[in-house]
Amino acid sequence: MPDLDPSFLALPVRDLEAAALGRAAELGAEHADFRLERVRYQHVGVRDGALQGAGDTEDLGFAVRVVHRGAWGFAAGVVLTPAEARRVAETAIAVAEVAATMTTEPVQLAPEPVHADVTWVSAYATDPFQVPLAEKTEVLVGWTERLRHAPGVEHAAAHLLAVHEVKHYADLTGTRTTQQRVRLHPGFEAMGTRGDVFDSMAALAPPVGRGWEYVVGSPAEGGHNWDAELEEVPVLLAEKLAAPSVEPGPTDLVIHPSNLWLTIHESIGHATELDRALGYEANYAGTSFATPDLLGQLRYGSPVMHVTGDRTLEHGLATTGYDDEGVATQAWDIVRDGVLVGYQLDRPMAARMPGLNPGPDGAGRSNGCAYADSPGHVPIQRMANVSLQPDPAPGGGASTEELLARVEDGLYVVGDRSWSIDMQRFNFQFTGQRFHRVRDGEVVGQVRDAAYQATTTEFWGSMEAVGGPATWELHGAFNCGKAQPGQVAAVSHGAPSALFRGVRILNTRAEGGAL
Amino acid sequence: MTAPSRVDPQDLVEHGLTASSADDCIVIVADHTRANLRWAGNTLTTNGVMHGVEVTVVSFVHVAGGPSGAGGVASSSVSGTATDRAGVAALVAAADASARASTPAEDAAPLVGSDGAPGPASPVSADWSDPPVPTSIAVYDSFAPALGEAFGRARSGSRLLYGFVDHDVTTTYVGSSTGLRLRHVQPTGHYGCTGKDTALTTSAWVGGATTDFGDVDPLAMEATLATRIGWAGRRVDLPAGRYDTILPPTAVADLMIEAYAYAGARTAHEGQSVYSSRPSGTRVGERLAAPGVGLWSDPAGADVACAPFVVAGTSGDDASVFDTGLPLRRTDWIRDGELAALRQTRHSAAMTGLPVTPAVDNLVLEVEGAQGSLDDLVAGTERGLLLTCLWYIREVDPQSLLLTGLTRDGVYLVEGGEITGAVNNFRFNESPVDLLRRFTHASATERSFSREWGDDWFSRTATPALRVPDFNMSSVSQAT
Repeated sequence: MPDLDPSFLALPVRDLEAAALGRAAELGAEHADFRLERVRYQHVGVRDGALQGAGDTEDLGFAVRVVHRGAWGFAAGVVLTPAEARRVAETAIAVAEVAATMTTEPVQLAPEPVHADVTWVSAYATDPFQVPLAEKTEVLVGWTERLRHAPGVEHAAAHLLAVHEVKHYADLTGTRTTQQRVRLHPGFEAMGTRGDVFDSMAALAPPVGRGWEYVVGSPAEGGHNWDAELEEVPVLLAEKLAAPSVEPGPTDLVIHPSNLWLTIHESIGHATELDRALGYEANYAGTSFATPDLLGQLRYGSPVMHVTGDRTLEHGLATTGYDDEGVATQAWDIVRDGVLVGYQLDRPMAARMPGLNPGPDGAGRSNGCAYADSPGHVPIQRMANVSLQPDPAPGGGASTEELLARVEDGLYVVGDRSWSIDMQRFNFQFTGQRFHRVRDGEVVGQVRDAAYQATTTEFWGSMEAVGGPATWELHGAFNCGKAQPGQVAAVSHGAPSALFRGVRILNTRAEGGAL
Repeated sequence: MTAPSRVDPQDLVEHGLTASSADDCIVIVADHTRANLRWAGNTLTTNGVMHGVEVTVVSFVHVAGGPSGAGGVASSSVSGTATDRAGVAALVAAADASARASTPAEDAAPLVGSDGAPGPASPVSADWSDPPVPTSIAVYDSFAPALGEAFGRARSGSRLLYGFVDHDVTTTYVGSSTGLRLRHVQPTGHYGCTGKDTALTTSAWVGGATTDFGDVDPLAMEATLATRIGWAGRRVDLPAGRYDTILPPTAVADLMIEAYAYAGARTAHEGQSVYSSRPSGTRVGERLAAPGVGLWSDPAGADVACAPFVVAGTSGDDASVFDTGLPLRRTDWIRDGELAALRQTRHSAAMTGLPVTPAVDNLVLEVEGAQGSLDDLVAGTERGLLLTCLWYIREVDPQSLLLTGLTRDGVYLVEGGEITGAVNNFRFNESPVDLLRRFTHASATERSFSREWGDDWFSRTATPALRVPDFNMSSVSQAT
């Protein structure tokens, strides 16, 4: 396991923590927590063989969050001195004083065990920030050169996003955690035209909680097979540009994990966040049809549907040791045998509905889903790695080919592209990188202009089969948005290939009035 | 409550420029404070006051290499929280070293302020020496008590309020080794409130932009929500289909921001957007919209004023670090229905052979001769739909800029020029470019706020309401 970054540990962490928490306690805070964070971001963009832009950004600062007079108070600062830490604590208390006049339901936090002086570092081999920019640029330039010299590719772009996040958390109960995470999102896109038609195709490689080894390492070292994708994308793009427009209507689909992860994210991940289900996001990200009164009763999908929340999954983007309220992370069921059985919780939400996840004493317990994306933002309930589980049948379950063999006339959907879902997570519409035609169980070319549109429970209810563990892949995104002010979070979702019957396929050209 | 500890941003700029050993250097300091309140179910939830200082150092170095082997200017950008000279020096050292290790930049151009480069009328802002302008929780001194009263009224009316107010003031200082010393203060504020009945069977929304919250009345917001929730006393279920639809200014802002965001010149020139011409080039000069339609940006625009110069922290398709400091002025993107310009850098302008028209941080849609208000459009509609706002808008087909998204928090039935009930929500599939060709009626342009994009990205818009005779509601959404 890599070490915690010594340059972070050299910051006056303990002095700031003591000053902030001490001042909050002096002023009578019922609860106070302190976070010092340093998040480094790096972006490298290449287009058609030339470096287009590269930038490094560092977000360093601290935050004090209090419960005072039954209300939240939050303040953040960037000057790393004890005097400023005290001042920020005073500001948080002052904000709570203002908030208390409008807070009609006093803030409660689920009680949690104390974790004193614990550390945690994510699983990676090579810190991408230790790799020279020139080396990264050379890789991306090579990708675009290789792509744009392939037949049919006119332009090619490649990018790399890298994040290195170190957090120190402490609260008045004595919990004190220091953690470090690394994540990486490399990718490329090839663009081409054919007559009046233009299109593009992107790599399927997902963002991961890994280091530079994901780009240059062997599969055994955690590397992705970039050569295979660079080889096949131009061929598939040319095929797509020449493909016929899709025939709309109810269609059987086999969906690859590179597409299904996003449908899981939108229609299950967000729908089972308790803060949304209770209306906390009603003015922004929206609420949920999956309300707590339906727990144990809501038929979310077919009996083969088993969905888990997990913040302990190795290389998952939402994986960490302890959340931003000092709660040890964990894994649990959200949908079992097609029925809603669980929610994602932070401490305030767990306290609101203790029966959802009771501890031994009957008090509600968080399942470790608090997260803030920067020192300047307040922690809120964010998504765990929410994943659809593969078929547990002895013998390994179906392969993707075996699922395709069950389709007489349908589509095989690969890669994510466009996504949209309504404010209660009912109605969604997704496109993909490619929609392959399936005839009599065989993949026979592609179609263009396709999107699938459905209502969440109907869609998951139409899931006839899930593939076995060999089809299961972890995908995800860096840019899940939620809250006001807006925060982004990285999250992974695992899925097997899965077979759906009779899903509504749209022809997007017809939707636009072009046909 | 005391003010946040501050350092002199001008000193950070000067120290950064002095410390750099690069051939040229730009230092950008953004000092921002933010105060917000959030509520749900008639009680306050999260809130906060934040202060940040972000320093961006862009270094420029002559290096060997490049496609011709003749060398060129490489650039590198490093940003971080820096509150003292040592912090800035560390950023400068990183940027200088990174630029030296880089390859010639394809967008290299003379820096603004240097000989032969375009520049502002004055390279030094008159207020350069002024300190950053802060905000604080005190910006809600009159708003907060009234919000508490609004909670009470909502409770007594069996309604629930969910909302957010945010005020941000960012003071930006730009200094360059070529002599630029530019300062800009940008206040940005917005409010939004969703109302629901306690049975959660219907919802409504009001929201808008403000600079200082002096013009925002929570009691008026609550009253509007009460009226709209009342409209849902008659519920009408309608199927998917094409409807005569009135888009209020907020929904028009959502869609025009999309049309603007995808209007990059390079992407169009390379054949990958709705603004591409076949077999090559852009559609600049081509009629895209109805006659009389104007889409433009202006840093001096009334109520939507923004930075009058380019600030580019990194280079990309639509931005170039070499352009920082370029003066911005009114730019017509669509003039009298014709595509007039695309978002350019000097580099993309050279590629496309079109004028240098960098992106501006505001957007105005105007229809020549359009008068009246949203209410007037409703009064003139025999049977149609009135939307509240749009949500979760995403590109489906770049070829036509087909977008999908949903109606949200109130769709109302208009019959005989009056609102007669509430309708279910819909998913739509539409192209904003195509809508500018198909709309039949427009109101006068007014200050608007995009619910989809206004919170954290693009909040300065002015748009009319538009009536579209055949808006494509692709399917029904059960969301309430």
